Amino acid sequence: MTTSPHWATDIHATFRAHRITLVSLVPDAGHQRLIELCQADPGIRTVTLTTEEEGIALGAGAYLGGTRSALLIQSSGVGNCINMLSLPQTCQLPFFTIITMRGEWGEFNPWQVPMGQSTSGVLEASGVTVFRADRAVDVGPTVDGALGLAWQSRRRVAVLLSQRLIGAKRFAEDPR
Amino acid sequence: MTAIDRREAVRRLLADRGDLLVVTGLGASTYDVAACGDSSLDFPLWGAMGGAAMVGLGLAIAQPSRKVLVVTGDGEMLMGLGSLATIAVERPANLRIVVLDNERFGETGNQPTHTALGADLTRIAAACGIADSRTVTALKDVDSLRADIHEARGPLFAVIKISATEHPKVLPPRDGPSLVYRIRAALLGPGVPLA
Repeated sequence: MTTSPHWATDIHATFRAHRITLVSLVPDAGHQRLIELCQADPGIRTVTLTTEEEGIALGAGAYLGGTRSALLIQSSGVGNCINMLSLPQTCQLPFFTIITMRGEWGEFNPWQVPMGQSTSGVLEASGVTVFRADRAVDVGPTVDGALGLAWQSRRRVAVLLSQRLIGAKRFAEDPR
Repeated sequence: MTAIDRREAVRRLLADRGDLLVVTGLGASTYDVAACGDSSLDFPLWGAMGGAAMVGLGLAIAQPSRKVLVVTGDGEMLMGLGSLATIAVERPANLRIVVLDNERFGETGNQPTHTALGADLTRIAAACGIADSRTVTALKDVDSLRADIHEARGPLFAVIKISATEHPKVLPPRDGPSLVYRIRAALLGPGVPLA
């Protein structure tokens, strides 16, 4: 249980308001607090995936049965999703994902940069509408509006949480 | 032993299916299920290769009082091997996965798959943690598999070794939104399919 306000608390409250009861995820440090909030919530089932595209197929099946879901991943996993995004696009299914960004603000690891820099372009080319939150105060309203678009208008929607918001990962080798 | 014919195997699996929900993987498995008749409780995948088992898991989680059967091929299953680990961890009591294994990529010219060259999907599923994982090589065992699909109390994974015989394609509807609409209407009632 968190005692200080945090944007993850706002996302969790928004999930509850939009009746999200299934959250699939590939673990990520930036999502850690939100993952813990979802796991502690008896009204939400969390499913840990072996690769990101599993969550797209899972969410499609859940929607067929009347369950609303969300997918939590990192930008480096977006590339894994491209072909599976044809499923919600072709079937006009709602799809909602929150993506923590690497490879941009203060990135130490150059291997993270290519996918981080192409995340928005890859998603948009695959038919996904992209929103972005750079400030903590914007996270809750952005997720709320994005979830509304996804579920009320049955659209594919992603919210990117910027690396500046999350904080660049620090490595022992980092000379700072 | 005579190799099992895929159409006969699927016909027996779906006999008296009741309210069984069926997800089919891209390829000939979809045609085999369509050959048994089109149903509003079927969701045939015409793409999303590697995703059939996970679509089944999502449906099984959303509809815990229904049995969900995924019928797919060895090539489609090989593309989603990680999902077997995910499903084993989730232990969906109502999910059944049947792989029709002809040891080839039938849609692309019958090139051998990894199951022709030593990969054993049943042992992979068992090693992931799906306790009831089995390989079926005789038609009589298809009948007992059909019974277990309706009665088993845990996740079930089965490989049916089938002959390479090809059959005329029987095509189910392929318009995604209408497939979604009809299964949601069947499951959730006519008032909520688009909610």
